Amino acid sequence: MRVRIAGARVVDPANSVDAITDVFIADGCVQGIGNAPDGFEIERDLDATGQILIPGIVDLRARLREPGAEHKATIASETRAAARGGITTLCCPPDTDPVIDTPAVAELIHQRAAESRLARVEVLGALTRNLDGRNLAEMGALKEAGCLGVSNALAPVTDTEVMLRAMEYAGTFGLTVFVHAEDARLADGRLVHDGPVATRLGLAGIPEIAETIGVARELLLVEQTGTRVHFCHLSTGPAVDMVRDARSHGLPVSADVAIHQLLLTESDVGSFEANAHVRPPLRSLDDQARLRAGVRAGVIGSICSDHQPHELDAKLNPFPETEPGISSLDGLLALVLDLVDAKELTLVQAVAALTSGPAAALGVERGTLGVGAAADVCLFDPDEQWTLDDASMLSRGHNTPFKGRNLKGRVRICMVDGRVVFEAPSA
Amino acid sequence: MSDKPDVDTLITTLAGKVDNHLAVHHRDSPLMVGVHTGGVWVAKKLHALLGIDEPLGTLNINFYRDDFTRIGMHPMVTPSELVSVDDRHVVLIDDVLYTGRTIRAALNEIFDWGRPASVTLGVLVERPGREIPIQADAIGVRLDLASHEYVKLGGPDPLSLNITRKG
Amino acid sequence: MKKTREMRSSAESLQVDAHGRLKHFLSIDGLDRGLLISILDTAESFAGVGERAIKKVPLLRGKTIVNLFFEPSTRTRTTFELAAKRLSADVLNINATTSSTTKGESLLDTLRTLEAMHCDMFVVRHAQSGAAHFIARHAAPHISVINGGDGRHAHPTQAMLDMFTIRRHKGEFASLKVAIVGDVAHSRVARSQIHALVTLGAAEVRIVAPRTLVPPGVESMGVTVYNDLHTGLADVDVVILLRLQNERMQGALLPSSHEYFQYYGVTEEKLAPAKPDAIVMHPGPLNRGVEIDSDVADGSRSVILRQVGYGIAIRMAVMSMAIGSHAAAEREDG
Repeated sequence: MRVRIAGARVVDPANSVDAITDVFIADGCVQGIGNAPDGFEIERDLDATGQILIPGIVDLRARLREPGAEHKATIASETRAAARGGITTLCCPPDTDPVIDTPAVAELIHQRAAESRLARVEVLGALTRNLDGRNLAEMGALKEAGCLGVSNALAPVTDTEVMLRAMEYAGTFGLTVFVHAEDARLADGRLVHDGPVATRLGLAGIPEIAETIGVARELLLVEQTGTRVHFCHLSTGPAVDMVRDARSHGLPVSADVAIHQLLLTESDVGSFEANAHVRPPLRSLDDQARLRAGVRAGVIGSICSDHQPHELDAKLNPFPETEPGISSLDGLLALVLDLVDAKELTLVQAVAALTSGPAAALGVERGTLGVGAAADVCLFDPDEQWTLDDASMLSRGHNTPFKGRNLKGRVRICMVDGRVVFEAPSA
Repeated sequence: MSDKPDVDTLITTLAGKVDNHLAVHHRDSPLMVGVHTGGVWVAKKLHALLGIDEPLGTLNINFYRDDFTRIGMHPMVTPSELVSVDDRHVVLIDDVLYTGRTIRAALNEIFDWGRPASVTLGVLVERPGREIPIQADAIGVRLDLASHEYVKLGGPDPLSLNITRKG
Repeated sequence: MKKTREMRSSAESLQVDAHGRLKHFLSIDGLDRGLLISILDTAESFAGVGERAIKKVPLLRGKTIVNLFFEPSTRTRTTFELAAKRLSADVLNINATTSSTTKGESLLDTLRTLEAMHCDMFVVRHAQSGAAHFIARHAAPHISVINGGDGRHAHPTQAMLDMFTIRRHKGEFASLKVAIVGDVAHSRVARSQIHALVTLGAAEVRIVAPRTLVPPGVESMGVTVYNDLHTGLADVDVVILLRLQNERMQGALLPSSHEYFQYYGVTEEKLAPAKPDAIVMHPGPLNRGVEIDSDVADGSRSVILRQVGYGIAIRMAVMSMAIGSHAAAEREDG
């Protein structure tokens, strides 16, 4: 289908584009911006006046729960939610069941995604076998099976020597190590940020130093090994400073932040609100401000959903017995736009953090509308108002502290490879 | 009916009737108990008039009311004060006898404090509207009020009877 | 942030209905001074019941109160049971530590099963912070929930009986300096006491403990922190001692109970900086020779034994207030 998307504000930070212009798509690729390519015959002419066109969102970390936790969600259900939310690439961490420590599991996931054809699903391979933190995984084979990087997900690698060797080995294959930096002993079995809210509620707290000690160790290992490291879901102000300093010294490090860390704080745990139980925990107002500043400065190059859909029972228990995690695919774009509305980010900064930034972290040619790029696009109406609730959420998991929140900004059309994967019914 | 009876006169009348009743039934060393709030005001005066030595007992029937499940809890500022009532001739005093429910609650409470030899009921005003088979032994005045009329004792000083109409 | 405000206001209204009546008694946090005073006043009315020949009032006759204890406790459970019986209620004791929950039944399922038996109130004690709030949120609308202690979060009836004790022996709160000594970090009693003292307007609330036992950001609750017992007790009117649990010795928080007693254990001598008429309180059970020595425990300033009796009156008060509010609300809703 030869498509013209006409008159949208096109925001493509990868190519420094921010203009009202036309985009031409055919054969699964972007064929032209502004002027039609020679001899382009339009089969479908989309009037996108008043709307915004960005590259399809690249979500650095989303748990699709397959294989192993299909009672929470499936690749089919979650890619459907992704498409509705303008997310065209999802990256899945290796803590599935079984763990992605063999090519077979990676292939299974790719296959499932190909069956529903609603979004691209990338995977990270395991850093250690079964994420045990002791024995290296077959990273060579995992790379060949299409893993974009390796990670130990939320499982700690407490043995520093193992981490050193794992990073060296990953570097051998040019793989980026995606790290959840945390000192396990200071964080194990704890629940919320170690501060006044933890004290008032009598909940075991995770101190800031649990993250910064973890980041410090990994940074020293990066210096030693030269392996590229990406810090997942930073939650503390001091960690942002450490990453900034490391980058200014030329260390190959990048970082992301989960959208909820930019909008919520420890006080949102309120009176034991189980939907606000996340790992790493929601922290102080100061941490939130510094995380936002980190995104503005480009120190944190990506905002991700950190999507963790759960079945109802997972959150229906006293707070300490609930499973952590927020279902966040459905609201990702609109919540990021909230930050733009609040003048915390410019639209360009926000779009970069959702497209070019994560694509760079993953090392893929995505998140761009350059001529010749795959036509993964997200066209949205920045003014459409809607409410995030059980009726509007497409993810199987409805565990979000944002439920009931009025949002502004909704996807009209989403394409992967030039193929429409979601289109809102015409008003 | 607009004439307001003089309360002091009524109390004197009541005192006489109580005294008489006790004498007729040979009830010695009476223990007087007033029901909060109006009954205690009346009982204080009776207590003085009848020259009873033993301190006046007071009952707050809040925990014995039959309407707790309908109206909920009131914090009680004045608790009941009673000595043992075992084998005593109790003189129970209240301001108005209407449905009989207050006296029912008061009797239940008295019997939780012990086993009296007898209970004499004296009320300042008796009016129609009984819902429980309860009768007074001594009455200050009988007011023949209609169902939409209500009488209330105002106080503590001066005491006055106020009649209101509803509906 | 709109959502946050909604969440917070719904949490606060969990305990109190639109008319300001107590629906559930889950934590002191969230209750205003007026309500705390009504609880104390109501408890005064019940205080005399235990001295009568018939130690009962018929207030809650026909109601069934379930002691749902997921953590073992004889003392607390017995006082709740006594309080319920003095209100003429029927009592059901569920020791959930050995029953269905260990067979893997979820807390919600246990709740639904009990609700099917038409109970009016749950008194809940649980090892996890937030358990009582969880049960109150999910229980059927006619049921009242009283928190008998949840994890490290709250023990509101204990705090109220402590306030009752202070009011009885010291009068009004406005002029009082109170010191809470011991493991505040792990104590649900301390948290509830701090909220109560601050809400009731105590002049100064202090906590005295080694740094490892002081929770982070506790000043935000309205207390001053002292690490030294001598300065911490200077000029105080009330000394509240907390029980030190053995687990603290394992968690690299304290070297030994011996050292704890040396520096934080209260003896007659250590009490010297306090006001001469200061009272000494302890929620019990006592660890003699650890947080308190026998001279003080059995001495003239100790009101420890009286606290127990007041505990029954306080529990009678909150039980009748909560059940009464539900009854009144039902009547109003028609």
